[in-house]
Amino acid sequence: MSARRPLPRWADIALLPAINLLMAFLVSGLVVLFVGENPLHAIQVIIYGAFGYGDGFGYTLYYATNFIFTGLAVAVAAHAGLFNIGGDGQAYVAGLGAIVVALALDQTHWLIAMPAAIIAAGAMGGFWAFVPGWLQAKRGSHVVITTIMFNFIAAALMVYMVNRVLKPATTMAPESATIAVDGRVPQLRQFLSFFGYSPVNLSIVVAIAALIGVYILIWHTKFGYAMRVLGANPTASRYAGISNSRMIMITMTISGALAGMVAINEVMGVQNRLVLDYVAGAGFVGIAVALMGRNHPIGIALAALLFGALYQGGQELQFVIPGITREMIVVIQALVILFTGAMEGLFRPSLERAFMLMGPEQKTEAIAVSTAKPES
Amino acid sequence: MNTQRSDTTVAAAPAAGWAIELEKINKRFGAVHANKDIDLRVQRGTIHGIVGENGAGKSTLMSILYGFYTADSGTIRVNGQVQEIADSRHALALGIGMVHQHFMLVDNFSVLENVVLGAEDSGFLKPSLTRARKELNRLEQEYDLEVDPDAIIEDVSVGQQQRVEILKALYRGAETLILDEPTGVLTPKEADDLFRVLETLRDQGKTVILITHKLREIMAITDNVSVMRQGQMVATVKTAETSPEQLAELMVGRRVLLRVDKSAANPGKTLLEVQNLVVADDMGITRVKDVSFAIRAGEIVGIAGVSGNGQTELLESITGMRDQKSGTVVLNGKPLALEGDDGAARARKAGLAHVPEDRQRMGLVTTFAEWENAILGYHDKPAYGSGPFLDIAAAKKAAADHVKLFDVRPANINLKSSLFSGGNQQKIVLAREMEQDPDVLVIGQPTRGVDIGAIEFIHNEIIKMRDEGKAILLVSVELDEIRSLADRILVMFDGVIVGEADPATATEGELGLMMAGINKETAPRGLGIAEQGPLP
Amino acid sequence: MDLFAILSILDATIRLSTPLLLACLAGLYSERAGIFDIGLEGKMLAAAFAAGAVAAVTGSAWLGLMAGMGVSLATTLLQGAASITLKGNQLIAGVAINMLAAGMTTFLGQTWFSQGGRTPPLGPGGRFEPITLPFANELAGVPIIGPIYAELISGHYILVYIGFIMVAVTAFVLYRTRFGLRLRAVGENPKAVDTAGISVVLQRYQAIIITGLLCGLAGAYFSIAQGSGFGNNMTAGKGYIALAALIFAKWKPVPAMFTCLLFGFLDALQIRLQGAQLGGVEIPVQAIQALPYVLTVVLLAGFIGKAVGPKAGGVPYTKER
Repeated sequence: MSARRPLPRWADIALLPAINLLMAFLVSGLVVLFVGENPLHAIQVIIYGAFGYGDGFGYTLYYATNFIFTGLAVAVAAHAGLFNIGGDGQAYVAGLGAIVVALALDQTHWLIAMPAAIIAAGAMGGFWAFVPGWLQAKRGSHVVITTIMFNFIAAALMVYMVNRVLKPATTMAPESATIAVDGRVPQLRQFLSFFGYSPVNLSIVVAIAALIGVYILIWHTKFGYAMRVLGANPTASRYAGISNSRMIMITMTISGALAGMVAINEVMGVQNRLVLDYVAGAGFVGIAVALMGRNHPIGIALAALLFGALYQGGQELQFVIPGITREMIVVIQALVILFTGAMEGLFRPSLERAFMLMGPEQKTEAIAVSTAKPES
Repeated sequence: MNTQRSDTTVAAAPAAGWAIELEKINKRFGAVHANKDIDLRVQRGTIHGIVGENGAGKSTLMSILYGFYTADSGTIRVNGQVQEIADSRHALALGIGMVHQHFMLVDNFSVLENVVLGAEDSGFLKPSLTRARKELNRLEQEYDLEVDPDAIIEDVSVGQQQRVEILKALYRGAETLILDEPTGVLTPKEADDLFRVLETLRDQGKTVILITHKLREIMAITDNVSVMRQGQMVATVKTAETSPEQLAELMVGRRVLLRVDKSAANPGKTLLEVQNLVVADDMGITRVKDVSFAIRAGEIVGIAGVSGNGQTELLESITGMRDQKSGTVVLNGKPLALEGDDGAARARKAGLAHVPEDRQRMGLVTTFAEWENAILGYHDKPAYGSGPFLDIAAAKKAAADHVKLFDVRPANINLKSSLFSGGNQQKIVLAREMEQDPDVLVIGQPTRGVDIGAIEFIHNEIIKMRDEGKAILLVSVELDEIRSLADRILVMFDGVIVGEADPATATEGELGLMMAGINKETAPRGLGIAEQGPLP
Repeated sequence: MDLFAILSILDATIRLSTPLLLACLAGLYSERAGIFDIGLEGKMLAAAFAAGAVAAVTGSAWLGLMAGMGVSLATTLLQGAASITLKGNQLIAGVAINMLAAGMTTFLGQTWFSQGGRTPPLGPGGRFEPITLPFANELAGVPIIGPIYAELISGHYILVYIGFIMVAVTAFVLYRTRFGLRLRAVGENPKAVDTAGISVVLQRYQAIIITGLLCGLAGAYFSIAQGSGFGNNMTAGKGYIALAALIFAKWKPVPAMFTCLLFGFLDALQIRLQGAQLGGVEIPVQAIQALPYVLTVVLLAGFIGKAVGPKAGGVPYTKER
């Protein structure tokens, strides 16, 4: 066990994650090199595709909207010490709430349909996370395993619901009826021609509101305080009179409801109907986003934008460089999770040593440590 | 430094020779210098005690000898040969075995499997198990260490588990056996049995190193004793030539302050009443058996007892952290509703503050800033924000007040709590609980791991609370602390309050007997207790 | 249903259980050693791709199998580096591995073979052939026993037999050998293992190496035994079902076999029941598909018995002060 001096705060929250992120991109670049393409050219294409013109930027924002919701879902749970791996299932099931309300209210006005659908989607997504939360709080089953199982149960349920309940007799494709124009969430291109034909819609406003709301919840409310106590030390929270079981259930519900907002973006803003598998792994991207964003709304916003850009740029990529398919983005995403999450400790020791060497009064100690016999 | 003294007191190498010789051992953990130039020689065929306060570096030293840590510098000689002990396997090969404070047993394995683990003869288990069964039989006979080889560890008592640990070491051919605080978890009867076993081991030529902070044990069983203080070895003496007073002085470095200046108690009306409380632990074993007592305003009631006799469960249940099986806690005339996992909140609301036994695990969120910990448990109060919102400014203001009143150092409320020393962390907890103006203060191990200077401060604060007319329930394993602070002492043994004593008149001997579960009228001192201990 | 129909469902059960069983046993070694493994899916997928690709290029099923096991092993060691050496979060490591495999297999498949992520169909020799056990044909005519032997027991791929043999091997290794004793100990109380002079890290790596090899077998089964070549996301969540089976079997080898057979049976039933009626009511296929997951949730919640995993599971081992 070597002597450790904790890193300065800025290094801990910015430098180390940046190094890890860089590492993820570096390895991704090597993969691209490996298949005989030029990674720098690829980056150029991605950046142009994601930010270079209105359409592309609009798509970036559209993807980012989803990732903000799922990233926040993971982060909120993480603050209470819970790993919600079921964002995908929660977002998927939330589609039921969104579509039912949207179809019922699509003769009114989006100003009525959208808030109602938000509530319905949030309730469904929240419920799909509440049950695992309840099972952990009251029955002691691990929320990670249960949420994984719930992803698959959701998939089976939704296939049934779409095919057997929601599909109009007149359509062949497995999808629900289409939402009438009045019930759809307006796309930004209706107000700004800059966005071309991109699907970014008013859901992004909801996403921004969610970012602010989660920030306030976690750091400026008593509930958020209790959540963080639970996440940091469950024994201390019991000592403090915080009901751990209630906190787990409520936190999971909030987390699921946030994931459920993906349904608003997709069902009411883009597809205008419920289709199979519309979540397309956004729940898992949320894990990468939350890890990269260090569970902080500002970090999540930036990470979601980055992944939005990668998704959009990746689409562009496969047109420009046929050697690179958009699955490369999934690889990058996996490497980000690997380096900023699971292998977070990779560079910490050397960085700590570097910082110790920089401070003159700590120099001798650092040398002593680095020359001491390694242990364990 | 008293190293010369150790050389003169235990004279030249005895006929039997040195089993262990440590020279100039150093070990640092970051900024903490846990062992400073330690010298220690242990005579073969003796029981050698090592005493020191918590954090004096005893366990670190022994972990180095056992190869669990590597020393930064220094020499280790085993039977006169210089050895570099790289890991535990090496230590075992040199005939050094260790019984850790927290047993290193696999709970769902049988005794036999635990004994064999790491000392298997071959790839297949069968021959090892057969041989181990035979060998255990022999060891049991030789050292009077009876255990059922097929019992599952989680089903046997703590005393039995400790025997398994000793058997493990002997099975591996240990000639030198290190025991780290072996009696902390034992009933007095089990401790008696252990000492008998240790004496047998010595008589058979084994060497025993006993780490403890209990002077009574040192005096009762060891041949030689070494004293450690703040990472240094301050003396090694023959047990027969020393006294508990002298050892205590060596341990703390100056005369122990046994008496706290306080006036006579002036008790008022009853504030806390515990009626027929029955509480079980996490395993479902009843640890508190029908306990009743009352505390009045302006008095301190101390609960004395060997740790593990139900004090922890009693504290946790009174403060709403642990559900009770039956019984009532009445505060200020009103019964408290404590069930559910937020019972602690209702207890606090009713005016009961709680300084927990284990502040690191319970009383603080060590990753939080100091100011965030200043409102832990009270964050729902309107004082710290209206409605659902948290008033950070108000919380910081409270934290700043606490830091000032209790002289917390460094006086930085934005510092992460884990970066404060033990004594200052305890002050943070005490300040939070005391400054809420509770009617009743329940306080467990107020000075565990706290430096001397802070101890005096904390003791005085507790007396001050009493004089302000609060009712205080104090639980401590430090008998001296209870005797100096409490106005009444209740002795707890095996989940029951076995007696009450007046600290002014009761002697340590009388209290010790009660803590051992012996009724002073019926049983002579020092003999085993008929009844089996309370542990599973 | 006649005997033939029953046999054909049971036959399908065995075929569908095999990859579950191999993956489940793989997970057993890892989790019994204290490493939670939600990355079974990814390792299988990577192995399936490697096996399919190498078998397609070399025309040898055996080389394919070795490639599958090798890639799965490498993936496992990466996961191990994160969760054992770097003491990272085991769950997050698993998620990363799953995602990495999903991305890399499709990406490389498309780059190398340009068939939409698929590997080319396997020629003869590139794929394992069913093995006819001795006397299967001769005995086929014997009533009842004959068809059971010939149809149900004989005529499977070698990986099927390996899977079922591995159950007995695992049970023996776990309970009758030094390695098994240490493996179980390191998942329950690593400190006890450390103080007994055994390296926790080494023991855990040894365990996950077996995990990697078994996942390799499971993955190869998809692409070069059951199927002929690799297809996108070929394992289709089977790794998660294997994980569910492991929990359902309470981390024990023989119950793991029965659980995998049960889940395999549900899968076979689901395929057969497409559109079938039961008492006039149509059973939704999705209900049967979801059943393994629902059963696992119910079991975990303690409504039917209690599943308590290895105590030290999920916690990286650190020598603390």
